[in-house]
Parts: sequence; C-alpha cells; structure tokens
Amino acid sequence: MTPKFNIGDRVRVRVGAPPGHFRTPAYIQGKTGAVEAVHGAFPNPESLACGGDGLPAQALYLVRFGQTHVWEGYCASPKDQLLIDLYEHWLEPV
Amino acid sequence: MHDHDHAAIQDDPQPTLYERRAHAIESLLIEKGVVTTDEIRRGVEILDSRTPTQGARVVARAWADAGFKARLLADARSAVRELGLDPGASTVLRAVENTDQAHNLIVCTLCSCYPRALLGLPPDWYKSLSYRSRAVVDPRGVLREFGLELRPEVEVRVYDSTADIRYIVIPARPAGTEGLSEEELAGLVTRDSMIGVAKALDLTHPPPPPSPSGRGRG
Amino acid sequence: MPRVHDRGGRPDAGPIDRTERELSPWEKRVDALRGALGSRGLVRADELRRAIEALDPETYEKLSYYERWIAAIEALMIEKGLLTREEIDRKVREDDT
Repeated sequence: MTPKFNIGDRVRVRVGAPPGHFRTPAYIQGKTGAVEAVHGAFPNPESLACGGDGLPAQALYLVRFGQTHVWEGYCASPKDQLLIDLYEHWLEPV
Repeated sequence: MHDHDHAAIQDDPQPTLYERRAHAIESLLIEKGVVTTDEIRRGVEILDSRTPTQGARVVARAWADAGFKARLLADARSAVRELGLDPGASTVLRAVENTDQAHNLIVCTLCSCYPRALLGLPPDWYKSLSYRSRAVVDPRGVLREFGLELRPEVEVRVYDSTADIRYIVIPARPAGTEGLSEEELAGLVTRDSMIGVAKALDLTHPPPPPSPSGRGRG
Repeated sequence: MPRVHDRGGRPDAGPIDRTERELSPWEKRVDALRGALGSRGLVRADELRRAIEALDPETYEKLSYYERWIAAIEALMIEKGLLTREEIDRKVREDDT
C-alpha cells in the first residue's frame, strides 16, 4: 500500500457523517491543511468498530492546520496550529 | 455462589447503580469463564504500577543526552525501549518537543486517548467534556486556567489524538539545571508538563498556584 | 451536527474542574475488565468506542467516564451473546439481597 500523500502536500478534509464509528471530528471537516507526517498503514477503525477486519488498511497522516483557518474568530495568535491524525480516505488533494 | 472476591461490592457504602451493574457483569463473566478473577486483579495491579515517573525518566534522559533526544523524536517507541520501559500497546508513540518557539498540548476530543504506559491513568480533567472541547479551540485560555501564559510569538501546537498514535510532550529543560543528575532532572518533570498544560518545574520559581476552579497538582 | 462524543470546539464548554482523585476500586476493575476482554479478542478498542458513542446523548453527558464504559461493555456483551439483559438484572437483584 503506497500512501497517496507526502509530507508538505496540501489536503482538504472530506465532509461526512457515516452512520457508524469514525474518527474525523466534525470541526475539521472541510478544512485544508498540510501533511506533517506519514504514519504508515493502519487498519480502518470504521470497520474494526463493527467486528470487521479493518481492511483495506488506510494510510494515516498527521495533518497540520492553522488555527485561524479552522476557527472563525480565533484571535489568540496567528502562529497557532492544530494537528490531527487523519485517515487517507478522509482526505482529498488540493 | 461466588468463587471470587466479595470485596468489590463493599467498595463504597452506597454503591451506585452502575457500580452494582459493573459488579454483576464482572461476576457473571467470571462464572461463565469468559474472564478470570486473576486477570482482573493483574489488570488492576498493572494500572496501579504505571505512573508519570516512567515518562519523566524518558524526558530526563532526553534533556541529558542529545543523541537520545534525537532518537526519541524520530522513533519514540524504540527510544523508550532503550531505557527498558514499555512504550505501550499503541503501535506508534510520538514525542513532541517544547522549545522557545513552540509549545505543544495534547488532547483527545473524541474520547480520552492518552499515553498511559508512560503517564499512568489520565486525570479526570483530561477526560472532561470541557477540556476536550476547549483544548482545540481555546488552547491559550486552557493554559491560562492552568496558570501558564504564553507570548503570542510562541506557536501553540495542539495535537488531537484521533487515531492510534499516542503523543507525549517533552517539556523545555528549565534554565540553571546543567549540574543536575538525571534523577534530579526527572524530579522536575511533572505529568502536566508531559501533557502540555504546564512547564516543567523550575528551580528558581515555584509552580503556579492552582486556579480557583480546581485543586491542580502534578 | 456533531454527535455527542465529538466535543471539539463546542461553544458552551465551561471552566475545567481540575480536582484530582484516585479512581475507586470498581472503576479500576472496569478498566481491568476491559483490558481482559481486549486481550482475549472479545472487545476491541474501536468496538468499545463505538458502543460508547451509541449511548443516547443525554446518558452520555450525564454519566461519569467509567459509567459510560460499563454501559458500553454491557451493551457489547449482550450484542455478542455473552450475556443477556435479564441475567444481569437478576444478578444485580441477587447481589442487593
């Protein structure tokens, strides 16, 4: 399994609300960030949560977002960042 | 007929509904051979054995040994193993470093993911709905509540542990600690500094007083 | 509309209660029970999370952390056919007498 994204790539988080378990917080959906790290392939928690085998494994990324981009009215500091681990199937290229 | 320890039901003079339910479920699973009393007892022992001391040792070594710190930042799991410590079940452990320019804060907004192998059990506040909510959107407000004010020039980096990666913060080494032994250095590393809501203890300044909302420690 | 467990950035979040306490023995046993079930491949972490997330919102927000865990473990034990609601209810009544 080859990760689709590399460190530095800009990615946008998909918007969605699947019926079962998923690990993409609502607050980050639709936001754009940069890949900070590529963690490798992991079983899909959405499948594991319902007794599935978690396959196909998904590449997992640490993605960095500017706080002022994520939150309207974030005025503490323009430097602040938010970093979240996100699965490849939740990311699209920008 | 119970072949297991009755002590659990006397935990509390007025066990709550859920405590009683927990005891019933545990009893039934033991009776049916799904789990054993020994497993539960061992599990509690392991829980009790894990404390922030383990994480503090890792940080102290990172402060004292630049090569170790580099290895810790590159592959925390392997580096922790060098010290004979258990990095935990999670496949990936990641250490993130505080510097003059950047301060890291860890949260799990969706549940309570926490590097338990190195820090022990998380405090209630880490698992609270308030912390989970505010750490991502108002990290500086949260830090202020814990008594830590950061200049706007410092980049605050919040990690939301949404997957199986466990994060631990390497707090900045306090000034004036060059002569300290590794053991003494470890004594400056608090649980809160490894979550990111505090700096390591400072030789010259006492820890900040807790805010009125709670009795902080650690 | 975020689900009840998805707490990041909620506007109504208040001050953080920083009271420290030791877990009570029953809470530690729930934690250990979850670990034992996990070691035996009976309950995965992802399944536990899913079952906690499936608690109705009012229950989720009202229950304490380990109360949510045992409620979820109960639901999973019943779902997987390892226990029934009736026998748990019966055992609770027996223990009370």
